[in-house]
Amino acid sequence: MNDIAVQQVFSDDDELQARDSAESIREHIVEIVSDSGEGAQKCGQTFGIVGARMGNGVWTVEIIPAEIQPPARTPDGASGIRIRLGEELMTNMGNEANLVVAFNEQVLRARIASGAYNSKTIVLLDNMWASDESEDIRTEYSEALAEFTDYGLEVHELPIQEECLKIVPDPRKGKNMFVLGMLSHIYSRDADKALDEITKIFARKSEKIISTNHELFKAGYLFAKENIEHHFEIVGKAQTDKSMVVMSGNQAVGLGVMASGMEIVAMYPITPATSASHYLADDFHRVGGFVHQAEDEIAAIGFAIGASYAGKTACTITSGPGIALKTEMISLAAMAEIPLVIVNVQRGGPSTGLPTKVEQGDLLATLFGAPGDSPKVILAAATISDCFHFVALSRKLAESFRIPVILLTDANLATGVQPFERPDVTCDWFSAPVDQSSWDESVLAYDWDEETGLSARPIPGMRNGEYVLTGLAHNRNAKIAYDTTSNQEGCDMRSRKLAALGRTLNVPEIHGDPEGDLLVVGWGSTLGTIEEATDVARENGHKVSSLHLRFLSPMEPGLEEIFKRFKKVMTIEINYSDDPKAPLITDENRRYAQLAQVLRAHTLVDIDCWSVVSGHPLQPGNISRVIIDHVTEIEGGK
Amino acid sequence: MFGLKSDWSLDTNDRYFTLDDYAGAEPRWCTGCGDLGILATIHRVCREAQILPEKIVSVSGIGCSSRLPHYMHTYGFHGLHGRALPVACGVKSRRPDLDVWVATGDGDCFSIGAAHWVHALRYNMDMTILVFDNGIYGLTKKQTSPTTPEEYQTNTHPGGAILPPLNPLTVSLGVTNVSFVAQMVDWNPPLLYETIKAAHDHKGTSFVRIIQRCPVYMEQMNLDMMDDPANLLLLKHENGILVPEGVDRLFENQIEHDPMNLANAMAVAADESKMPVGLLYRNPDALCYDELSNAGLDMIDEEKLAGVNDALDSFTI
Ligand code: SF4
Repeated sequence: MNDIAVQQVFSDDDELQARDSAESIREHIVEIVSDSGEGAQKCGQTFGIVGARMGNGVWTVEIIPAEIQPPARTPDGASGIRIRLGEELMTNMGNEANLVVAFNEQVLRARIASGAYNSKTIVLLDNMWASDESEDIRTEYSEALAEFTDYGLEVHELPIQEECLKIVPDPRKGKNMFVLGMLSHIYSRDADKALDEITKIFARKSEKIISTNHELFKAGYLFAKENIEHHFEIVGKAQTDKSMVVMSGNQAVGLGVMASGMEIVAMYPITPATSASHYLADDFHRVGGFVHQAEDEIAAIGFAIGASYAGKTACTITSGPGIALKTEMISLAAMAEIPLVIVNVQRGGPSTGLPTKVEQGDLLATLFGAPGDSPKVILAAATISDCFHFVALSRKLAESFRIPVILLTDANLATGVQPFERPDVTCDWFSAPVDQSSWDESVLAYDWDEETGLSARPIPGMRNGEYVLTGLAHNRNAKIAYDTTSNQEGCDMRSRKLAALGRTLNVPEIHGDPEGDLLVVGWGSTLGTIEEATDVARENGHKVSSLHLRFLSPMEPGLEEIFKRFKKVMTIEINYSDDPKAPLITDENRRYAQLAQVLRAHTLVDIDCWSVVSGHPLQPGNISRVIIDHVTEIEGGK
Repeated sequence: MFGLKSDWSLDTNDRYFTLDDYAGAEPRWCTGCGDLGILATIHRVCREAQILPEKIVSVSGIGCSSRLPHYMHTYGFHGLHGRALPVACGVKSRRPDLDVWVATGDGDCFSIGAAHWVHALRYNMDMTILVFDNGIYGLTKKQTSPTTPEEYQTNTHPGGAILPPLNPLTVSLGVTNVSFVAQMVDWNPPLLYETIKAAHDHKGTSFVRIIQRCPVYMEQMNLDMMDDPANLLLLKHENGILVPEGVDRLFENQIEHDPMNLANAMAVAADESKMPVGLLYRNPDALCYDELSNAGLDMIDEEKLAGVNDALDSFTI
C-alpha cells in the first residue's frame, strides 16, 4: 500500500468532516453474517479491536454454524460475528442488533428466527443474488426480501460483490475487508488504526496481499461514504492509560496456563474447549510447556494426573461430555489428593447436546458427579479477565490444598472477546521447582492436620519419601485400609480442606442496595447481563440487587445472612429447571436450576429460579423483563 | 523451595542397595501365584542395576497384578482399572530422571485399557510395561478375559468362553512406532530375569507379556504348558534375549529369530500352534515421545516470564 494514497483518502480534514455529520450514539450492536469461510469473523474481530483501541467498550461474540461445511446460502449455515460497541465498558452481547451486514439473504433468515433483530434493524445486504444465473436463487432472494420487508427491517441492497470485483477476481476472499471499510466509515472509525490491524492480520503473508486488503478496505470506506446515509459516532469513554489486552476467553485460559507456570496441558479435542489448546499449541513453547493430545478424554486427565503426581501440576481442558468421561479420574485425584487443574468450557447438554452453544449445565455434575464423597474446589469465571486469572489461582489452590480444582467457563466466554487490563505477571506466579530434598521419614504421606486437613506431599525423587498412592481407602500412611475408622478419617480430612479454604474467602459484594425486594443470584458468564438487567429494573424504581458467585465449592461465606435481607431471592441461570406453570409441576416436585438447588440446600432459604436452555447467551432486555415480572409480583403482594 | 540436585551420582556411590531395599509390603497373592516370581525378578533387576529406590515409580491399574506397587519400596501409583499407562506416560512427561515401571494384567491392559495400550506403544516413552497375563480375571473371581482360551469355563461363560482369545503379540507388533515386544513365562526364572533386564535396559517402551500361572482360577491353561514344554518355542538370536547356559536344553523347539525383522516377528506371533518365548521385536531407533514432551524443561523463570510477556504483547492494543 502506498502511504501517500492512504493519506489522500483519509486526510485529517476528511475525518473531521465525517465526524461533523455523524449522529452521536451511546452504543450499537453490529452483526456481520455470511456463509462460513467468507471471513466475517475476522472482519468483526478487527472492527472490535479498532474499537477497543479507540477507547470504546467492546464485546464480541462469534456466530458459529453447528456443521463444518454447511451448504451455502442456507439458514443453518449462518456464520459470523456480533460486536457490541459502546461508549462505556460492555459486558455482554446485548439485545437485538442495530445494524447487520449480510453476504446473502438466507443467513439473515436464521438470525431473524433466533430473535437477533427487530423492526428497527438496519440491514446492508449484498445484492449479487438478485442477478444470479440461477432462477431459483433469484426467486429465493426476492421472496426473502419480501419477508424482511414484512418483518419491518430497513433493507439496503448494495453492490458489495460488484465493487469488490473491481479489485479482486474472487471476492469470497477479500469481501470482509471491504465490509470492514464500510463499517469503519459508518461508525467513524480511525482508519489508520484499522489499516494497522489489517497489516497485522496478514503479517505472515506477502506485501501484495497486504496492499490488496488495504485497497479493499479503502474502497469499502469510500463506498460507504458516498452511498450509505447512516453515519454514527460512538465516543470511546472507556479509555484508560493502563495497557489493555484483548482476547477470547479460551485464549485467556491458554495464557493463564502459561502465566501459572504449569508445563503440561493434556487434552482431547472437544468443542468448544479445543481452541484454548490451539492457542497453547502455538505459544506454549515460549514458557517451555507442552500440549499433549491424548488418545481420549480419560487418557488426557490420566496423563495430567501422572505429571502432577510427579511434581509438575498439570492442566486438562475439556467440555461437559469430557467431564463425564473424566469423572472417575477426578475422583481419584480427590481421593489420593493429587493437585490438578481441570478447565470445563461448558456447552449445551444433555449428552452430545449443543456442542457450539452455551449452557451452565455442569455445576451439579462437577460438584457431585463421582462415586462417594469427592470434594474438590470449583470456581466459575464470570469475565474474560477471570478466565486468565482463575487458571493461575487454580494452580495455586490445587497445590496448597492438594486437591483437584475445576474451573468452569462456557461457550459464551470461550468465543467472546473483550478488552481487559494487561495482567502484570511476575516470577512468583510460577510453580516452584520440583522439591527433591530428602523427606523427613517420620512424616507420613498423608500427615493430615486435624484442623485443616492439609498435609505435605512427598514427590517422586525425594529420598525417604517413598509411598504408594492408591485410590483405595487408605490411612495416613498411604496404606490400603479396610478397617472401620480409616475411610471415615480420610473423608473427614479431605472435606475439611474445603472448610479451611472457605474460611479464607470474603463475603461476596452485592451489586445494588444491600437489602430490598428481590436479590438475583447468578454465576459464570451471565454476570454482565444480570447486572445490566438489574440496573434497568432499578432505574424503573424496583428494589432489586444482584449477587454473583465465583467460588461454588467451597461456597462463598455469608450467603444466608445476605439472602435474609431480601423479600425474595432467585437465581437466573442457563440450565434446565421446570417452569412452575408447566403441567404436573407443583411446589413439591419442581426441579430447580442447578445453583438454586445448591443454594436451597446450603442456606435453607426458599430460593426461586428462572432458567433457559435455548443455547443462546442471556440478553439483558429479556432478563430485565424477567426480573421486573418477579419483583412486581412481590410488590403486588405487599 | 529446593531445586533439583544436579548430581545424584555422588549419592549413588555412598549407597548400596540389597534386594530388601526394593521390597515393600508382604505380598498378598495366593500361594503358587506366578506374580510372586515376577516380583522377585523385578527386585533382582533393580538390585543389579542399583537403581535409586526413590527414582523408581511403579504404576499399575486394578487387578491381581496391579497390587505390585505395594510390594515395592519405591514410589508407586496404584490407580484406576485400565488407566495405568496414561498415568505412567504423564509421570515420564516432565521427569526424564524417573525410572517408570508399569504392572498390568490381561483385563487391565487388553480389555478396559486397550486404547491406552495401543497408544502407549505408539508414544514409545521410556518405560517398562509388564503384562501379567493369567488369561482370567482373578481379583473379581474368574470372569472371561480377552486371553481366556476358547471353551474354558468361567463365571461369565459357564458354557465355556465363546470367542477365540485375543493375540496380544500381533496387536502390539501392529502398532506403528512400537519398539520392544517380548514374551516370557513366569516359571523360568533365569530367562524371566534376562527378559525383564533387557526390557528395562531398552530405551523406549518395552512391552513384555508374561504368561503367568494362576493356580486358583486358571489352573488348566498354564499347567498344561508347564507340563509339556513342546508347547513353547524359544526365540534365540545374538541381538535377542540372553539365554543363560543350560536353559536352552529345556526347550525342544527353538528357532533363530532376528528381533530387528518385523515381518518375521509378525509371522512368529501369528503362529498360534506354539507359544514363542523371547524377544520378538526391538527397534532402538523408534521415536520417543518423552523427548518431545520434555522440551523446555531447562527453562528458567526469567525466560518463562519473558515468554509470557511476549505472548501478552501480541494481545496488547
Ligand atoms: S487369583 Fe490367581 S492371579 Fe490372583 S493372586 Fe491368586 S493366583 Fe495370583
